[in-house]
Amino acid sequence: MTKPRTMLEIAGLEKSFGEVQVLKSIDLKVQEGELVFVIGPSGSGKSTMLRCCNRLEEPTSGSIFIDGQRITDIPHRDLDRMRLKVGMVFQGFNLYPQMSVLKNVMLAQVKALKRSKAEAEARALEMLDQVGLKHKAGAMPAELSGGQQQRVAIARALALDPQVMLFDEPTSALDPELVGSVLKVMKGLREKGMTMLVVSHEMQFAREAADRVVFMDQGYVAEQGTPEEIFGAPKSERLKTFLSRVSHGDVEAEAD
Amino acid sequence: MDTFIQTFFNIDIMMQAFPLLMKGAVMTLKLCAVVILCGLTGGLMLALAALSPRRFLRWSAIGFIDLFRALPPLVLLVFVYSGLPFAGIRLAPFWAVVIAFFLNNSAYFAEVFRAGINAVPKGQTEAARATGLSGPQTLIHVVLPQAIRNVLPDLLSNTVEVVKLTSLASVVSLSELLYNANMARSVTYNSSPLVLAAGMYLVLLWPLVRVVSRYQRGLSSSH
Ligand SMILES: Nc1ncnc2c1ncn2[C@@H]1O[C@H](COP(=O)(O)OP(=O)(O)O)[C@@H](O)[C@H]1O
Ligand SMILES: [Mg+2]
Repeated sequence: MTKPRTMLEIAGLEKSFGEVQVLKSIDLKVQEGELVFVIGPSGSGKSTMLRCCNRLEEPTSGSIFIDGQRITDIPHRDLDRMRLKVGMVFQGFNLYPQMSVLKNVMLAQVKALKRSKAEAEARALEMLDQVGLKHKAGAMPAELSGGQQQRVAIARALALDPQVMLFDEPTSALDPELVGSVLKVMKGLREKGMTMLVVSHEMQFAREAADRVVFMDQGYVAEQGTPEEIFGAPKSERLKTFLSRVSHGDVEAEAD
Repeated sequence: MDTFIQTFFNIDIMMQAFPLLMKGAVMTLKLCAVVILCGLTGGLMLALAALSPRRFLRWSAIGFIDLFRALPPLVLLVFVYSGLPFAGIRLAPFWAVVIAFFLNNSAYFAEVFRAGINAVPKGQTEAARATGLSGPQTLIHVVLPQAIRNVLPDLLSNTVEVVKLTSLASVVSLSELLYNANMARSVTYNSSPLVLAAGMYLVLLWPLVRVVSRYQRGLSSSH
């Protein structure tokens, strides 16, 4: 057996906005094919951490490695190429409203990956099929439900063959009955061996699908472990309080 | 009543003046085309500069926009045509008009574009950049199409303003529609050519005005 490959490594990551330090030394490793879940109260820095991983946000200090390559010191002109390796899914889907579903999934393939139109279209249809929306290829984003839009957004990211997928609260903006379809797609991805870092409050999903759960609090990784450890035997008081609040449904109200 | 019709709606005089007025209308359209094309291009550049993270570029663009929005276009035109010759810059009336109105219009278009770009949610840019699109690619394929759709009625109504604005060119003796109509009036001692010119402006602008107001009604009813 080969040694598991570290696909994403965050080492000593710090981030300040002006005077305010939002991330205070984060260390985190995600192995190839792992699904790591990130939970934590609103404002604890989860989104900021994810956004540092493709440098939508510039880290103040520390290093991030994608498949062994340090991405925190590559020059700006190489950022676009690096981002092709890191897929990102946002809470608000962010599909391009003026383009059809198919065009949404093709755009970066053609413009950033320089694939031919035919190749990009074939790949887009394949990815749409994977998220169960091939029949919506010709639709406009506004005609889709939130769950469908989010699945298109996942297909858009997957079409670029990323090595790591980042999810920032992918189901928080969805009506409860639509959450399942998105989680199902994510589960399918995990079975295909995709490496995933997921910020979410879907605890049931974490129990079923996560290899590890990371609890972030006030800019630190306060606790991490298997789902059984984190949910079954939380150590810190803050995690216990957090979990009891989540189980009472408070996190949604608190999330922006 | 009869003298009223004779003075304002004299068909014979209108027919006589018609070829001259048509020539003026063609000049007006030519002027509009050049001013609008330059204004749109310049306005877009200015808007992008005004949104740039580079402070010097941003403040220069904002200064330019504010200055030329504040200056009355007629003042600009007289300055360019009659003021600049004192500095040895002598321009043909057509180019004086183009330059003066370009300065004025690019500033207006810039404000429109800036509002349109600002109204595109930040998540759009982030999604595009996260998929590896470059800044310019993001602008061209993601942000601008949405920005322009956001402000299409304003772009159109600004275009209407440009057509009206060109009638000011008569003060520098450019033979556009109003100038020619006024000339016909002074030759015929009759106001009918002016009425005809007004009619021609109406024919030119009414469809545009209609489109703008339908668009604006459509937008407000869809909210
Ligand atoms: N662009 C920014 N400028 C200033 N402060 C920010 C910015 N983005 C996030 N923050 C602050 O950083 C903290 C962490 O935010 P975030 O990473 O979004 O937390 P989470 O995703 O865990 O809710 C919050 O206090 C937030 O106000
Ligand atoms: Mg967040």
